[in-house]
Amino acid sequence: MWAHRPPPASEVSGSDAAGRLVRPFALTGGRTRPSRADFTLITTVTAVDPPPERASRPQPEQTRILRRCRRPVAVAELAALLDLPVSVVVIMLCDLLEAGLITAHPPHPVSRTPELDLDLLQKVRDGLGRL
Amino acid sequence: MAGSDPAVRAAPVAPDTVKILIAGGFGVGKTTMVGSVSEIVPLRTEEPLTAAGLDVDDLTGIEEKAATTVALDFGRITISERLVLYLFGTPGQQRFWFMWNDLAVGALGAVVLIDVRRPEASFAAVDFFERRDIPFVVGVNGFHGQHPYPPDEIRESLALPEHVPVLLCDARERESSRDVLIALLDRLIAEAGAAAR
Ligand SMILES: Nc1nc2c(ncn2[C@@H]2O[C@H](COP(=O)(O)OP(=O)(O)OP(=O)(O)O)[C@@H](O)[C@H]2O)c(=O)[nH]1
Ligand SMILES: [Mg+2]
Repeated sequence: MWAHRPPPASEVSGSDAAGRLVRPFALTGGRTRPSRADFTLITTVTAVDPPPERASRPQPEQTRILRRCRRPVAVAELAALLDLPVSVVVIMLCDLLEAGLITAHPPHPVSRTPELDLDLLQKVRDGLGRL
Repeated sequence: MAGSDPAVRAAPVAPDTVKILIAGGFGVGKTTMVGSVSEIVPLRTEEPLTAAGLDVDDLTGIEEKAATTVALDFGRITISERLVLYLFGTPGQQRFWFMWNDLAVGALGAVVLIDVRRPEASFAAVDFFERRDIPFVVGVNGFHGQHPYPPDEIRESLALPEHVPVLLCDARERESSRDVLIALLDRLIAEAGAAAR
């Protein structure tokens, strides 16, 4: 027979603020807007085409990113494709957004208050049903 | 004629994105499940970590602080031109669970995968979503396709309430993994529908 799940004791170690591992790039700091918070893993970014005239010439690594987001691509995918940590990609995306070289599209808002969007859920459900 | 001027390209429209977490203990088949339903080979990003601020106890097993990375893998399911679902396999090792907090933000819900041979590996995952009131379903991954326990027995041993679906599955099978995701959506739809009434 199975082991039984004991009643939850204290918070899972390492899962909360107290013993938090710090991501190295979180400390880069000094930036005002746009901020890292504008980019979640599933925020999609798209290169502005053609780039705005006032834009300065992108750096080589920025060009690499721009090439990857000619079509909309999620931040997590971009990081995986470029083989770079998400935190590094996000810092570069901040610069690109500020320079007007990309647009960012936030994820579909998910709020449980009052309730999740039924229409959205039904669409996802139907899509899975077609798999 | 509209659209005939090649210089006036229509900007590609970014789809709306949503995500579901595939969680559970170490090695229970999370990445396998992501891969079996994803339309792309699961992608992976490695996030370097420093151990600053960690309790000494938590450093057990982290030999090379600077070289420590936490891997995150994910897959994609295009629902329509306008809507894309991402599946994130959460890192299994408990010392990386702080990442779950970030990952859980904005998720529709979660699948907690259980290895039928060692359910206790996923107890903490069940606790995690229960505590945060994040809707989840339990997928019991019968390694080698073996399912010795009926869902009700599993529900009881996990002390799960009636409204949490428990499904026997095979994380390697596309249809099986898809059905676990559909069960999650059905739960979400039922709850959203009930709240709307
Ligand atoms: N026989 C069998 N093997 C499986 C099944 N699911 C996963 N595996 C294997 O078990 C191992 C672990 O599976 P993963 O999908 O990597 O597990 P995980 O939960 O992502 O592991 P971590 O991310 O390391 O916590 C792999 O070698 C898989 O091929 C299954 O249903 N049956
Ligand atoms: Mg994995």
